Amino acid sequence: MKEKLVLIGNGMAGMRTLEELLKLAPDKYQISVFGDEPYGNYNRIMLSPVLAGEKTINDIMINDLQWYEDNDVTLYSGQRVSKIDRIKRRVMTDDGLVVEYDRLLLATGSKPFMLPLPGADLPGVISFRDIADVDTMIDTAKSHNKAVVIGGGLLGLEAANGLMIQGMDVTVVHISDTLMNMQLDKTASDMMLNELKGKGLKFLMQHESATIEGKDRVERLTFKDGSHVDADLLVMAVGVRPNATLAQSAGIHCKRGIVVDDTMQTFDPRVYAVGECVQHRGSTFGLVAPLFEQAKVCANHLAQMGIARYMGSVTSTKLKVTGIDLFSAGNFIGDDDSDDLVFKDAARFVYKKLVIKNDQLIGAVLYGDTVDSAWYFQLMRDGTDVSSIRENMLFGQHHLGDSGHGASNAVDGLPDEAEICGCNGVCKGDIVQAISKHNLFTLDEVKAHTKASASCGSCTGLVEQLLASTLGSDFNDTPSKKAICGCTGMTHNEVKTAITEQQLKTIAEVMQALEWQNPDGCHSCRPALNYYLLSTWPNEYVDDQQSRFINERVHANIQKDGTYSVIPRIWGGVTNPRELRAIADISDKYNVPTVKITGGQRIDLLGIKKDDLPKMWADLSEAGFVSGHAYGKSLRTVKTCVGSEWCRFGTQDSTGLGIKVEKMTWGSWTPHKFKIAVSGCPRNCAEATIKDFGIVCVDSGYELHVGGNGGIKVRATDFLCKVKTEEEAMHYCAAFMQLYREDGHYLERTAPWIERVGLKSVQAQIVDDEANRNQLAQRFYDSQKNAQNDPWAEEVAKQPQKYIPIKQVG
Amino acid sequence: METNWTQVGVLADIPQKGSRVLNSKDGDVAVFRTSKDEVFALFDQCPHKKGPLSQGIVYDKRVACPLHNWVIDLGSGEATGPDEGCTRSFATKVEDGVVFIAL
Repeated sequence: MKEKLVLIGNGMAGMRTLEELLKLAPDKYQISVFGDEPYGNYNRIMLSPVLAGEKTINDIMINDLQWYEDNDVTLYSGQRVSKIDRIKRRVMTDDGLVVEYDRLLLATGSKPFMLPLPGADLPGVISFRDIADVDTMIDTAKSHNKAVVIGGGLLGLEAANGLMIQGMDVTVVHISDTLMNMQLDKTASDMMLNELKGKGLKFLMQHESATIEGKDRVERLTFKDGSHVDADLLVMAVGVRPNATLAQSAGIHCKRGIVVDDTMQTFDPRVYAVGECVQHRGSTFGLVAPLFEQAKVCANHLAQMGIARYMGSVTSTKLKVTGIDLFSAGNFIGDDDSDDLVFKDAARFVYKKLVIKNDQLIGAVLYGDTVDSAWYFQLMRDGTDVSSIRENMLFGQHHLGDSGHGASNAVDGLPDEAEICGCNGVCKGDIVQAISKHNLFTLDEVKAHTKASASCGSCTGLVEQLLASTLGSDFNDTPSKKAICGCTGMTHNEVKTAITEQQLKTIAEVMQALEWQNPDGCHSCRPALNYYLLSTWPNEYVDDQQSRFINERVHANIQKDGTYSVIPRIWGGVTNPRELRAIADISDKYNVPTVKITGGQRIDLLGIKKDDLPKMWADLSEAGFVSGHAYGKSLRTVKTCVGSEWCRFGTQDSTGLGIKVEKMTWGSWTPHKFKIAVSGCPRNCAEATIKDFGIVCVDSGYELHVGGNGGIKVRATDFLCKVKTEEEAMHYCAAFMQLYREDGHYLERTAPWIERVGLKSVQAQIVDDEANRNQLAQRFYDSQKNAQNDPWAEEVAKQPQKYIPIKQVG
Repeated sequence: METNWTQVGVLADIPQKGSRVLNSKDGDVAVFRTSKDEVFALFDQCPHKKGPLSQGIVYDKRVACPLHNWVIDLGSGEATGPDEGCTRSFATKVEDGVVFIAL
């Protein structure tokens, strides 16, 4: 028989938990839901657009009544649970309905705090919390004119804006001199105040309310200083409190909210709680992202998988108040030991303040230009050492000396037909529509539904902006920790650590020890695990072919028509007539439709049928070629210029060094592709400063550059150090590659890796610490011992059957 | 009507969590073998851009297309949500380690 689960609270946190639970264990529970409001579950953060007339109630329904029916969930809407009997394990409603439970989930949310002023019970005095409040506001606006909102916080300003759009004359009353003082400093607040006044809102700052007066309904609000303001409608938006009354009356331990542990369990093991009603590690919650994280954890435990923990969320506020962009996170006021970086352009209404302490970003306020909010937030969360980017970071990520595709910003002004995702041809209108229609909350959901930012990812920032502006309000788009994929809640770092600490040696062992949710994993996690095992246990781990992407499985690049491309290695880009003749003959033999010179100084043979691959490799092997690994997350090419052998400007033998470096590094697997170049002088004809590792020869030695990228987002390298000899240059190269192999996340290029960990930490481990450099390099040499076998020759010898059809019929 | 079974080959010739291709006059058919040794067969074209599904990563009863990572259900040939599309599927059976398919 199914166990009985009762959910009290038909809001976003509780229902999200049910959705997650139904995904994990669809048949475990017989589920009942109680909700005060006579509706299905709606998106509460969208109430402001409803008030502003931009959306209807139907638009913001997440789970309509049909959903409950389809999922076999019993909904008691409009029914208030008045008692929980924990001994008999049942709940009772006002109407005397009794429902038993095996597990109880409390998601009673929060209550608006109402100031205990005389007259607060007069008709026309309301909060801004639910659909009923919105209905009252819209109705009142039809017959009355003057509205007063107490509270200049997020909710108050949204209410004020909505009422103004409904045609009312609105005054905002605020007790301090700073609007949204939980999120903004005085400067940002003053700018916003000016802009909002320009839109027609009135403000009474530093006014403390005293009494509400009126005969049959509210007529005016008087202040402590004796002044007053007329009001036909008075909205109190001075904050919310966790709604723990029911839990308290049932004897469940509560402080400010219902106290839960990291598994979202209350002091009664049969009772769980999520959302704004809980208190976790001393914190209460008001933003949607932490609620969703809690929902995921709680569902995991309700499904008795028992592996997830909620560790609290680093939250930021990114909001759209009346068309004004704001972002705030962390300690944005700072203290005696912190420094402020401040940018202010009052005419453009742009203000940015970054607070830095111990070379780390600890807080940020952005007003008017929030394009880089996700980046700043990431830097805060990762605790990145920002000393090397400090002088430019205020101007945003795109001003770190680089540019490239994806540099456009500010999506608001764009028309609906503007293309956001250039890879998949997705327009702004498509994305906005999908977000509204399918109730999408996260970047991953938008990717899945629209494919926007699902390919190269350069438009991720734009899509995040669209999410924020479409969802509006207190939407928080950055989860505090990012799992590898849907099969696990663990991050890349956590998995890597576990592999080392628990001595896990196979994919199956990892999945079992870390309790993977799908026994086979998926196409995202399996290649990642295969790489981590390979890089952690070189010379020992047996590569799992079936966990590699097709290109690495068949040592060639799949093309759009299912044929492959073959690129033999051409050391340092130097070839000769004999090799060229061999390539020409082989191309003739297999009717190669296209022969193309690549950007990496090699020759690409395109349009090869899978059956022909082993035969062609055999011929190439005979002519002395090995695989170019142009298909792999591995060393690709070492690009060179002609150097001192021919060039009148060349300072060193860049070609010779390039060939030596390629002979040393080929065959090594890396988190993502890895490109090297060697230029013979600072004219840099080999473009070494946009490679993962670049060497620029100078008269006195070799400059080493790291973390460049010429792809989606152009990033010039960071200067690592300068060395005197070829041997040193190669030694540093080996150490750098090894550090990246051990520290990078799978599919993370060196550019984002260095931005994540900070150049300083890379320099500390490679340049400053000689012993560590030697150890890194030694580990690289060791792992190369068994890695430099030509996969083409091996495949021809070992498994030619892999490349041919199992059978032909007809 | 009696099903017309075509012999494909032995199960051991298809890698676990992998696939082999059967050439037929109507086009290629991908024959999959899961980690639990179940066998499925799909027309070897993704409903999205005709990518060869036989070359994808197989997990559970699904395959991720190698071109753009659409995930196709091996049993039904349907794209898993939210993508929409379907490729033809064929009945299969395994007898004494020999794989048959109903073309």
